[in-house]
Amino acid sequence: MIIPALEYYLVLGAALFIIGLLGVLVRRNLLIVFMSIELILLGANVTFVGFAVALNNMLGQAFVIFSLTVAAAEAAVGLAIIVALSRHRDTLNVDEIDTLKG
Amino acid sequence: MVQVAWLIPALPLIAFAINGALGRTYLKKRTGIIANAGVLGALVVSVLLFVAQLDHAEPETVSLWTWAVSGDFALDIVLRVDALTLVMLLVVTSVSFMVHVYSIGYMDNDPGFWRFFTYLPLFVFAMIMLVMANNLLVLFVFWEAVGLCSYLLIGFWFERQSASAAAVKAFLTNRIGDVGFLIGLLLIWHVFGTLNYDEIFSLAPVVEAARPGILTLICLMLFVGAMGKSAQFPLHVWLPDAMEGPTPVSALIHAATMVTAGVYMVARFNPLYVLSSTAMTVVALVGAFTALFAATIGLTQNDIKRVLAYSTVSQLGLMFMALGVGAFTAAIFHLATHAFFKGLLFLGSGSVIHGTDEEQDMQRMGGLFGKMPVTGATYIIGGLALSGIIPLAGFWSKDELLGATLLSGDLGYLLFVLGALASLLTAVYTFRMIFLTFFGKTRMAAERFSHVHESPRVMTVPLIVLAVGAVGAGFVGVPPEHGLIHNYLHDTFLAAEFAGLVHVPSTVFVLALMAVSTVIALLGILVAYGIFMRRSPAPESVAGLAPPLHALLVNKYYLDDFYDAVLAGGTRTAGGLFAWFDLNIVDGVVNLIGLVVRGVGGGLRRMQTGRLENYAFSVALGTALVLAFYIMMAR
Repeated sequence: MIIPALEYYLVLGAALFIIGLLGVLVRRNLLIVFMSIELILLGANVTFVGFAVALNNMLGQAFVIFSLTVAAAEAAVGLAIIVALSRHRDTLNVDEIDTLKG
Repeated sequence: MVQVAWLIPALPLIAFAINGALGRTYLKKRTGIIANAGVLGALVVSVLLFVAQLDHAEPETVSLWTWAVSGDFALDIVLRVDALTLVMLLVVTSVSFMVHVYSIGYMDNDPGFWRFFTYLPLFVFAMIMLVMANNLLVLFVFWEAVGLCSYLLIGFWFERQSASAAAVKAFLTNRIGDVGFLIGLLLIWHVFGTLNYDEIFSLAPVVEAARPGILTLICLMLFVGAMGKSAQFPLHVWLPDAMEGPTPVSALIHAATMVTAGVYMVARFNPLYVLSSTAMTVVALVGAFTALFAATIGLTQNDIKRVLAYSTVSQLGLMFMALGVGAFTAAIFHLATHAFFKGLLFLGSGSVIHGTDEEQDMQRMGGLFGKMPVTGATYIIGGLALSGIIPLAGFWSKDELLGATLLSGDLGYLLFVLGALASLLTAVYTFRMIFLTFFGKTRMAAERFSHVHESPRVMTVPLIVLAVGAVGAGFVGVPPEHGLIHNYLHDTFLAAEFAGLVHVPSTVFVLALMAVSTVIALLGILVAYGIFMRRSPAPESVAGLAPPLHALLVNKYYLDDFYDAVLAGGTRTAGGLFAWFDLNIVDGVVNLIGLVVRGVGGGLRRMQTGRLENYAFSVALGTALVLAFYIMMAR
């Protein structure tokens, strides 16, 4: 099996991270923002895996499993909040959800 | 016998407690009887003690209890019974009792009757404790207590603006004196290490030898206290205003007893004073100056009680003059006789005010003698005693203190002239008062004049008793220098004899002086008769001789105005400045801090936009900056 060099993992992870970050910053729909957050997490996971392979340390891969578990739980809670919010406010536009503004 | 001494202060105190607790709700008019009973009891015990101690006036003490212990300092409540205390007790309790009886009539219609008869026994208790104290601290406590009673009774009719203002003025003026007293007390504690009379007196020569000058300072500081309490220049201004109180109060507190506390205190501390010729000279000069100063003001006052008030200031000045030349016995003698005839005059003026339906202005009196014969006769006796006509009480005591002053050395001549002039003016203003009040054609409206009546017997009997005192009290000092009071007080004032301050006059000197003072008094009465009775020259033309002088006297040398403008006004101005500083500077700083915090908060508030992407952006930017920083560092 050909094992790609560490740089590929890192570039892929960074690309996912940046796409996710831009999505969070730029998009208005809360659902899209949420999906972008998942992308950020994935970027981090790819980086973990890359380092685990490069350093030949399984701990990084184990960490990714935990991270995915947390991401799944987070997705469940986050989606529940989004559903409740859309029912309550009739909108998923983040600009209109500003009740916490000081 | 001396063991029952505790009854003397205890009985008025019990009367005070009963009247204070039950007076308003239950006793009401009966408070008068209880107060009288308490003071009468104190008088009886005092007389018994006096008689029992007549042969041996050795100082005795009665320990009651230990009040406070702190380290090696123990404050014992000890009653002192010696010649000086007994003389003071007799004067205080007898005049107090007469005033108490009189007050039943005078205060009859007053809604504050029970309050009056609660304060009055409290005052008597405090005054008795003041003269029986055996310890400077106890003396100071009751010195303040009589001041408090004075304040309460001056402001007795507190609903009257002028009365409450006069009470505050008396209190504040006395505070100034009391600061001096307190400094003197603390100095004695510091230097002597004790506040007990006998220990202080026995240590005094040692201290004077070890630290020359310190005794002068102590004596002067104590004298400042005496100046406040006994209304000596320049702290005399409160006493004339104190006449706002009910007249029995003026008679008891502001003529006969409390104001003499300063004289008593200086006499009590005679072993200290004789060691400091500087302090003695100051006492004598202040006294002599005050005597003349107040007498001149008394000439022009129209309020009958104010004339008497300035007269009291003047007579107290004479007493201090005598103290200052070492004639302690003469001063206490004059204190005692003065208590009787000045108490009599005040009560007489109260009777006049009572009978004329609250008239106090002598310009609107006249011709009252026919309407009030008892008051008039006793008043004239009091006036003759005050002027110093032989053989009334004032003659013997005033004669003796003037004689002692004349014999006391070079300064004595000046003091004698001041004192003699004061005596001359005393006779003038006293008989001006008598002629304006009781004689001549009345200046009252006919309708009011017809309502003038003699006072009830409960008021006239005390007048008669005090008149007997004003006639007879002087005989305890006869023959001059060898009378009963001289033998009695001889041991108390031994220190003056050791200090060489006592000069025994020759018989010729005594007789000549008697003649001179009689001539002075008669001259004064004659002047008053000419001006105010015959009206030749008329009072207006006398006043017209020197209008500026007359204006000066009528306005009391502008001293009250000066104090009001400079001291009171200065305090008010300073208070205004402090208030401005507080409102603008202190509060300004506090408000500024608040404003800055609010401004910064307002600025920071703008960061909380509530827009999710802004927060996320700042998180990302912050992370990027931290990363960049570490990357730079890693290089």
